[in-house]
This record gives sequence, structure tokens and C-alpha cells, in this order.
Amino acid sequence: MDFTLHVWRQAGPDQPGHMELYQARDISPDMSFLEMLDLVNEDLEKQGIEPIAFDHDCREGICGMCSLVINGVAHGQQPATTTCQLHMRHFRDKDSIYIEPWRAAAFPVVKDLVVDRSAFDRVIEAGGFISVNTGSAQDGNCLPVPKDAADTAMDAAACIGCGACVAACPNGSSMLFVAAKVAHLAHLPQGQPEKRRRVLAMVEQMDREGFGHCTNHYECEAVCPKEISRQFIAEMNREYLKAGLQAH
Amino acid sequence: MQLDARIPAGPIEAKWDRHKAELKLVNPANKRKYTILMVGTGLAGGSAAASLAELGYNVEVFCFQDSARRAHSIAAQGGINAAKNYQNDGDSVRRLFHDTVKGGDFRAREANVYRLAQVSASIIDQCVAQGVPFAREYGGLLSNRSFGGAQVSRTFYARGQTGQQLLLGCYQALARQVAAGRARVHPRTEMLDLVVVDGRARGIVTRDLVSGAIRSWAGDAVVLATGGYSNVFFLSTNAKGCNVTAIWRAYKRGAGLANPCFTQIHPTSIPQAGDYQSKLTLMSESLRNDGRVWVPARPGDTRKPADIPEGERDYFLERMYPAYGNLCPRDIASRAAKRVCDEDRGVGPGGRGVYLDFRDAIQRLGRAVIEERYGNLFQMYERITGEEPYATPMRIYPAPHYTMGGLWVDYNLMSTIPGLYVIGEANFSDHGANRLGASALMQGLADGYFILPYTIGDYLAGAGPSRIPADHAAFQGAQAEVAGRQRRLLAINGRRSVDSFHIELGKLMWNKCGMTRSAASLKECLERIPQLRAQFWEDLRVLGTGDTLNQSLEKAGRVADFLEFAELLALDALQREESCGGHFREEHQTPEGEARRDDQNHCHVSVWEHQGPDRPPQMHEEPLQFEHVPLATRSYK
Ligand SMILES: Cc1cc2nc3c(=O)[nH]c(=O)nc-3n(C[C@H](O)[C@H](O)[C@H](O)COP(=O)(O)OP(=O)(O)OC[C@H]3O[C@@H](n4cnc5c(N)ncnc54)[C@H](O)[C@@H]3O)c2cc1C
Ligand code: FES
Repeated sequence: MDFTLHVWRQAGPDQPGHMELYQARDISPDMSFLEMLDLVNEDLEKQGIEPIAFDHDCREGICGMCSLVINGVAHGQQPATTTCQLHMRHFRDKDSIYIEPWRAAAFPVVKDLVVDRSAFDRVIEAGGFISVNTGSAQDGNCLPVPKDAADTAMDAAACIGCGACVAACPNGSSMLFVAAKVAHLAHLPQGQPEKRRRVLAMVEQMDREGFGHCTNHYECEAVCPKEISRQFIAEMNREYLKAGLQAH
Repeated sequence: MQLDARIPAGPIEAKWDRHKAELKLVNPANKRKYTILMVGTGLAGGSAAASLAELGYNVEVFCFQDSARRAHSIAAQGGINAAKNYQNDGDSVRRLFHDTVKGGDFRAREANVYRLAQVSASIIDQCVAQGVPFAREYGGLLSNRSFGGAQVSRTFYARGQTGQQLLLGCYQALARQVAAGRARVHPRTEMLDLVVVDGRARGIVTRDLVSGAIRSWAGDAVVLATGGYSNVFFLSTNAKGCNVTAIWRAYKRGAGLANPCFTQIHPTSIPQAGDYQSKLTLMSESLRNDGRVWVPARPGDTRKPADIPEGERDYFLERMYPAYGNLCPRDIASRAAKRVCDEDRGVGPGGRGVYLDFRDAIQRLGRAVIEERYGNLFQMYERITGEEPYATPMRIYPAPHYTMGGLWVDYNLMSTIPGLYVIGEANFSDHGANRLGASALMQGLADGYFILPYTIGDYLAGAGPSRIPADHAAFQGAQAEVAGRQRRLLAINGRRSVDSFHIELGKLMWNKCGMTRSAASLKECLERIPQLRAQFWEDLRVLGTGDTLNQSLEKAGRVADFLEFAELLALDALQREESCGGHFREEHQTPEGEARRDDQNHCHVSVWEHQGPDRPPQMHEEPLQFEHVPLATRSYK
């Protein structure tokens, strides 16, 4: 297969970026999207052009590092699939493919397709944890957790923190990411003592980082590679309201 | 080089408790006067950083990913072992200890393994308290599954994402310490050298991967939690960034490197599809709980799996190892798969694959149960291969996966350089010549949560706060060396890409020093690696500059280190004239093709000491004694 690529190139955070045109030739349909880019990069290097920078690590859809907007969609068209797990068999020969970085006020571009997502870490630091020091735990089975609660917590905890939700949202909101962490911990008995504090602190930090507000577009859910449900956003809104009322 | 393992005296059951009581303590008010440099944020580094900060130490944490949460541990799928005996099936600390020593083919230190089994139970408790959403039964209690090399059900799991959930647990604990001001995380920062002053580890030199800035960090102790080196084979199940640089740099500064030839080839990975392939994807060992491994009985049989009648299938693991069947240990399952493929009975492209079939399990349990247990793995398989494993059996083949070798450490997890600690996959300690499934997560968290926080205090209390600043001459020297190396890599300006060298090295290592090795193949490695290294330094081409994000430059540094390290790996494999665990020398096998250990001559840890650029490394031996698990031929029949 052959493709025409339009790729965002940007030398650094303060430099202007632009789209560049590259050709990808002899691509096997069994290649992953990133393997296709590896090949293009190999080609560029031969021509003396600096390779395209993009984030990736595990290449199996779990680390959350890969982050490309492909033909206008975060992680591409394939549902429930990260960029690294997207395979070229889903494209048509001779397609034009547009490749851009996550775009959001809270995720500044570092270089080319690489962005800075450290805002997510700061949101977790604000309260996305259960305060328990090492060594102070009781036996794991002293605290039965109903299976459905554990399953729901796991559904939410499956978030890989890639930031596609933010990239897809017209407002650059991180509600799905934050809600997933709030829900993961709120559905477990262990998470109860800090429940109120946690949701208030995380939402406050989220606003501080410059993420936008949720106006119910739900583009986030549509692109989420782990199919995190928007239901959690509704839950978080309720938790937030309750916590706010109790705080006053 | 002094190899004092510092194993405490007394009965094995009491060693750790007694040792803990004898370790020196740092007064709570003084802890903040000590700075610990933690390199790595996987299960080992993440859990250690959080625990040390909770104790009150000042912790600086480094990783090369853009967030601590993305360390390679995130990819672990199947589960974590613990001797809880919740299933009432006869598990105990003793049995987990026994299984691990035997699984490791008698090349691990008994005292360390016993301690690992002892603390395993606390790990589960800690993780539950943090909110790790482990799988549960309807009664609300924790669920277990079985893993290879064990006849009890002791593996705890969170769907097929156990590593992710455990890592998020310690990442969140670390985040709490960052918020409290006791820990600082430096992502996109790579350690490129260790600084040793007067024989003690005093700091590190790092490169900021975004700005290219090279700088020094001074501390009271350095901890390496930098993972394994499977990517020496280029294609492995590890994340692309996994590398040997941190431990290799430490080795070159004087730390002993142990058993580099103990590498694990995992039996169940998706077979390679083409030359362009950039990594191999693991299918968790947990699948072997319900999947049956088979190949056609007749060589050259190219019929579709569904067309091959039951009588013409060879369920070779069940046939060869009836007691453990599909759940025999990894080294054994991998070699059996290679053997049937060598007999021209392999399936799929190139005949390098065997089936992992869920037909019977789906019939027995129903599709819904299988979906709940393995749904995400099946999805992953389908995404990569375009085949539906509910209908067609999976195709699997062995792949480099884990490395048992690493920096040598004593019972306190300290390397041969005082003040340099090594935890997780980066050390050599607990798995001998073969690691059992679900034991790496256990070891990483044991080291980080429950061992290092005790033992490091003993060193710090003895040494007192360091007064060596980051502009000391030793730091300046190391920093200049690091900068010089970056410049040299950029200045070669040859014709070949970094990947082309890495791929060439990987192929060589896989073919000549992979699943099986021989004196001839290893000598070939030893001849070709230096040639390839020389070519690398003459013909490499890295574009761009060193003062911005430059991913080719990052890779070049890592591949340069792999090209040095690979030679030591081959050398170690050559001197170990026996087959044990993942190390299989063709010259040393039984008539049935099983590994033949040589306890007379090789019942030891091989520890390598760097002798400078112009002299071959020197090997030292730490003898191993087996008092509790009698040395025996490993049998899973
Ligand atoms: C696909 C897969 C599945 C697995 N499944 C299981 C399982 O089910 N059960 C099990 O027990 N084990 C499993 N394992 C093994 C297990 O995941 C690893 O052995 C373990 O997670 C290693 O943890 P670690 O903390 O030692 O290192 P890692 O998680 O590899 O972390 C290394 C850290 O070091 C950092 N680092 C490395 N070098 C540098 C440097 N030079 N400078 C700065 N930072 C650096 C990295 O950024 C990272 O933060 C699996 C492994 C793979 C590959
Ligand atoms: S590279 Fe890890 S999720 Fe894509």
C-alpha cells in the first residue's frame, strides 16, 4: 500500500508549526500505524531530513504514551484502539492521511507530534489517591467489596491517561479523565473517607490547569481507547455538587 | 571485588525478622536531611519512592517517559503471586519459596527467595488498601488464578491489566508524596552516568530529553529501578524504551553485573508477522489456564486448524509434561514449542507458531466466562492479527520477555558499590535462571515497599549525610564525559540509522544467543559484536542537535550500550558450561532434550567486574548453597 501523509512539524513550543507532505511507500496492511511511521522516518533520515518526533513506548495499547490525531480523530477512526494498536489494514491504498498532535490549551506542543501532558499528573497529585502509608494495611480479605462495585471501579480504573479525551473535546476538557479516577476510588469502600475532599481538589486543579468545561459533546467517550463511559462524568458532577454543598 | 551477600544467620524463617531488628535506624527528624535519587518509576521504583518519602526522606525520582505512570510495568497483564492460601489449596510461604527456587532451576539465593515469599502477602494487603481493583468473587473476597510452575492458585489479578493497576497504585501513592513536598518527579529525564566518590555512590548525571540539558544530581544514595534488558534482542515483549543503560553505566563505574546470560523467552507471544516489525506482543501466560497448546501431529500439515481431527493433533505439553501440562514453566514450554517447529510442525507464516486453543474451554465454561477472563487479551490479539480467537485458535511463539540477570546485590539489595541499591528487574536477585509467571510484580513491589525502606536506612545511618556537592570534580568529570559522548554520536554523520544497527544486533543475539546456545554460536557472537560496534561508531547517522528533543539521539545512546553489553552476555553464556532455566546450551542436554545442570561446577552466581576499556572483564563467583530445597533435577513430568 502507498499513502500520502500530511504531518504536523513544529521545531519547539514557541516556534510556529506547519503541515509537511511525505510519501509512505510499500506499506504492509499488517503494519501498525507507528511501524508505518518508523518506515517513513527511516526514509526521511536517508534524505537527510530529521525524523518526525512522536511519543510511544509499550506499543500494545496500555502505557498511554502514543498520541496522534489521525484524519481529525484522536487515535484514528478505529473504535477502542490506541494509535499504536491501529493497523494499516484499516486504511485504503493511496489514502491521504493527516497526522497532528493532541491540540489543547493544557497540552502544549513540545515538538512535532509530542505534547506535554504533565497537567494530568498534577491533577492526580491534587487528590487522585487513597492516603495509606506502606505497612499500615489490614488483611486484604478483611474488606469484602461487592463484585459489581469492584467491576465498576475497574471499568473506570482502566483509563490509560493518554489524553485523547482532551484532544477530542471542542472545549479541551479533561472531565472524562478526572471522572474516571474519581469514580474508580469512589466505588470502593477504601475510597470513602476522602471522597469529598478528593473530588473538590481534583476539579479545582483541573480548572487551574486550563482544561475547558464539559458542555456534553461526549466526543471524549467516542475516542476513548479504553471505552471509559461518560456515565462517570455524570457521577462526578453529582459527587462534586454533594461535596460542595457539604463543604458549605 | 568483594562479594559478601550478608545473609543473616539463623533459621531461614527467622532471618528477615531478626535482620530487621538489627538494622540501624535513622531518626524520624533526620530523615529529611538525606536525599535519595530514585531512577525508575515502575513497580519497584514507584513503590520505593513513595514508601521512602512517606518515611520522611527527600526523594528525587527520574524516568524517561513523559509520566511516572507509564513505566513498562504498566504492561504486565496476568497477575501477581502471593502466598495467601485464600483458596485453601495447600499454599504457604514455604511452598511459594520452594516453587520459586525450583522454578529458578536452583540458581537463586535461598534466603532472598524465602524473604520474598514471606512479604508477598503484605503486598496484596497494601495494594487493596490503595484501591487496586483486584478481581473478586461474588462474596466480595479476592479471586485467584493459576500460573505456570505452580500447582496452587495464588495469583491475584485485575482483569488482564494487573501491572497497570498495581502501577497506578504506587504512582498515586507517589503523587501524594509529591503533593506533600517530599518527592519530586523528573519525567523525560534519562540517567546517563553514575557518580562514585571515594568508593561510594554519590549521585548521577542526567540528560533532560526535552531541552538536552546535562546536569548532575548529588545524593546520599542512588537506587536503580530501571527494569530489564530484553531489548538487546531488538524484538521483545518489552516497551520500546526499555534499555540497559543505567545498569551498564553503573557496571562501568564498578558495580558487579550478575548472570547476564539468564534471559527468559516467554512461550506465548504473537508470532512475528514481517521484517518491519518493531516489537512483539505478549499474550499473558494466564491464557494457559484455559487454552490448550497443540500442533498438527504430522510434519508439513497445512490444513486449517478446524480441519485437523482430534486424533491428528499433538497436545505436546500435555503429552510431554502430564503433571503440569499446559502450565509447565516458561523455559520448558518455549523450548518444546521451538522443538515442534523445528520438526516442521509449526503453524502460520514461516511455520514459526503453535496453536493456543480455547475451543474446549468455551464448550466447558461458555463464551461469557472466557470473555470475562480474557476479553481484553482476545481483543488485542484480534486487533493485531485480524483473526478472532473465539473461532480460530490463537497462534503463539516464544519471544524474549524478561531478564533474570542484572546488577549483583547483597541481602540488603545493595550493589558492590556502597550506596548504590538496585531493585526490581534491574537486579539479579530472586529468580535464578528462570522466573515463574506473576513473580516479577511480586518481587518489584517486595523490594520497593517492604525491603529497601528497611535496608537503606541502615546504610544512611552509618554513613551520615553526604557533604559532597553536585559541582565536585567527580561530577564535573562525569558530566563532561556524558556531553562528549552525545557530541560524538552526533558527529559520526555516517549512513546507517540507529534502528538498523539495533535490528542487526537483535537478530544476531536471537539466532546465536537466544533460546538455545552453543559454544560455536557464542564464539560467533563474540566475534561479530565488536565488529558491529566498530561499524556503529563509524557509520551511524543521527540527525538534528543535542539541545532539543531528539529521539534518534536517545536511541543511539541506548544502542551503543547494548552493543557493549551484548558481548558480556555472550561471554557469560559461553563460560556457563551447563543448561539451566532459560540458559540452554546445546552441548548440555539429556537424551530427551531436557536441560542438564552441572551443580558440581556451576552452582554459583557469575559476577562480572569491569576492568577498563582495554582489558577483558573479570568473573567472580558467589557460591550458592541449598539447605532447604534439596538440589534436584527439575521435573514437571
Ligand atoms: C508484556 C509483559 C507482561 C508482563 N506480565 C507480567 C505479569 O503478569 N506478572 C509478572 O509478575 N510480571 C510480568 N511481567 C514482568 C514485569 O512486568 C516486569 O518485570 C516488571 O514490571 C519490571 O518492573 P521494574 O519496576 O523493575 O521496571 P520497569 O517497570 O521496566 O521500570 C523501569 C523504569 O526505569 C526507568 N528508566 C530506565 N532506564 C532509565 C534511565 N537510564 N534513566 C531514567 N529512567 C530510566 C523507566 O523510565 C521506568 O520508569 C511482564 C512483562 C511484560 C513485558
Ligand atoms: S504506545 Fe503505549 S499505548 Fe500506545
